[in-house]
Amino acid sequence: MSPVETAVTAQPPVVQKPNPLWTFGLLRSELVTTFRRWRTLALLAVLAAVPVLIGIAVKSQTNGGPGGGGHGADGGPAFITQVTNNGLFLVFTALAATLPFFLPMAIGVIAGDAIAGEANSGTLRYLLVAPAGRTRLLFAKYTATMAFCLVATLVVAISALAVGALLFPLGDLTTISGTRISFADGLGRALLIALVVAASLVGVAALGLFVSTLTNSGIAAMATTVGLVITVQILDQIPQLHALQPYFFSHYWLSFADLMRDPVYWDDLIHNLGLQALYAAVFGSAAWARFTAKDITA
Amino acid sequence: MQEWSAAEAEAGPDVVASDRDAPVIATRALTKRYRGGQLAVDGLDLTVPAGSVFGFLGPNGSGKTTTIRMLMGLIEPTSGTARVLGRPMPRSSRAVLPHIGALIEGPALYGFLSGRDNLLRYDAADPTADPSTRRTRVGAALDRVGLTTAAGKKAKAYSLGMKQRLGLAAALLQPRRLLVLDEPTNGLDPQGMREIRSLVRELASDGTTVFLSSHLLDEIEQVCTHAAVMAQGRLITQGAVADLAAGARGRLVVTTPDVSDAARVLKEQGVADVVVAEDRVTCEPPDRELADVNAALVTANVRVRGFGVERASLEDAFVALTGEGFDVAG
Ligand SMILES: Nc1ncnc2c1ncn2[C@@H]1O[C@H](COP(=O)(O)OP(=O)(O)OP(=O)(O)O)[C@@H](O)[C@H]1O
Ligand SMILES: [Mg+2]
Repeated sequence: MSPVETAVTAQPPVVQKPNPLWTFGLLRSELVTTFRRWRTLALLAVLAAVPVLIGIAVKSQTNGGPGGGGHGADGGPAFITQVTNNGLFLVFTALAATLPFFLPMAIGVIAGDAIAGEANSGTLRYLLVAPAGRTRLLFAKYTATMAFCLVATLVVAISALAVGALLFPLGDLTTISGTRISFADGLGRALLIALVVAASLVGVAALGLFVSTLTNSGIAAMATTVGLVITVQILDQIPQLHALQPYFFSHYWLSFADLMRDPVYWDDLIHNLGLQALYAAVFGSAAWARFTAKDITA
Repeated sequence: MQEWSAAEAEAGPDVVASDRDAPVIATRALTKRYRGGQLAVDGLDLTVPAGSVFGFLGPNGSGKTTTIRMLMGLIEPTSGTARVLGRPMPRSSRAVLPHIGALIEGPALYGFLSGRDNLLRYDAADPTADPSTRRTRVGAALDRVGLTTAAGKKAKAYSLGMKQRLGLAAALLQPRRLLVLDEPTNGLDPQGMREIRSLVRELASDGTTVFLSSHLLDEIEQVCTHAAVMAQGRLITQGAVADLAAGARGRLVVTTPDVSDAARVLKEQGVADVVVAEDRVTCEPPDRELADVNAALVTANVRVRGFGVERASLEDAFVALTGEGFDVAG
């Protein structure tokens, strides 16, 4: 038999033409795997507990003596004083309280572990020979991390809403500008704020994913990412670094409060979203460049 | 490299060359130097014929796993080329790898997932795997390695051998044209080893080429049709197992109570490398007629209980090729 004949007669066994949709199987598997991890659930539980603690603290203070309520976090919006009047403000308070640390820390853990954790356990080589494809795997990892950003933010928001409804009255609310808006309008803004907060984490997610491609140790990648989150926020407080600060991913984070103005003040919100997109592009490309060229020996 | 590119353009990007007679794996001067400077594989020219069960032998640190990593596109060769199923690696990973099942350096599993869910995840990672048949294929793979009853257990609760079996199941999720198994019997009980051997034979009889690295030489001898021997990153020899074992000369063994007399007579007869042990004298078989040697022994009143040439095992061939030393080469 000539080689040509063989090539014609001996086709590879069946292997039906793959459907392009099958490629999303990895993404689905990634989401399922991420949210089945005990660690992910623990992080979400911690995030859900924060509004409960804030709610109870505010409630017990107001019970102790009228006129209490304290002040908002340094430089942060002073939503907390309004919580006793309207439970919906607990949503804004909880998001403002978790955005500087708890949320980015949780994202840092998930993103940092994304590639490095798989390398650590050796599962990365089996995903790659499956073959998941490096670009496709990275894309699935990034998408799953962003899904986690959204879920984590919504967990905080929903937990806060539930606690707020339970402990405090609900109703029409006063914006930062002093105008009154209906409860339904307020609820809509709360959802919008949650989405903006989730989007604020996109930059950290990309940064964490990039760090994750640099090492084979999941723990090291998580620690580095969380360390970067903290460092950047400290640097953001140092006046001498004024010129650099607009480029820190956390610089415009608290701009979400501007959604509670009437009319909404968009400038910083847009700065924030643009900055997050920039981080996603820069560190996403860096992660891609690194991961597609990397020797996988673990 | 150049002449291959032209052939590839003709074949089109989606067709994995399916010429049954072409080698399944062919490397040319394949070399890998790790970032630390370690030269792990040095100018490897390996040819694995289609349909063979190919044993890949070598002492610890000789570069077997490194070679497999290059073949699977996990690491980039420093120089040289590797073609798998007729396509260049790592460039054609997407087209080639769906046809390959691999077990590399032991199994790796998600401890918090059950055995079945582990396989579902690995199958989902393959964009050419049909999700509608996923559960049945996973079930069949579990059955094939004898894990059906343990399939619901978390993988972290698996024993070493069970993990190894699950890793093997992952390699069998689809019909494959090539199976690459890096020390597949590591951690298995004797029963498990036998099952792997029969599995390998069964797959080979279906036409799957099996590329198997191992330290267990009798295992290679039992299942492999071809073998290659590595030492310190270099290929020492490759070919059909029968030829390799034949290459190492057998030993003439004389069993006798009079060992010292026998040794003296044998030396007088001009045979080399005489070794005396308890009631046996062994030596390199002389080129002359063996019957004459025996006659000389009997004439010298050596009481001969047994006389004959023991065929060389692959182990002898292996030791002869890689040296007796136990130390791992740095
Ligand atoms: N990731 C790595 N970085 C640097 N050097 C490495 C790496 N992996 C392996 N080596 C070196 O490359 C050489 C070959 O290693 P390899 O793992 O390929 O050997 P092997 O034949 O598979 O050994 P074994 O039989 O023990 O599995 C060794 O000297 C080893 O130290
Ligand atoms: Mg090895």
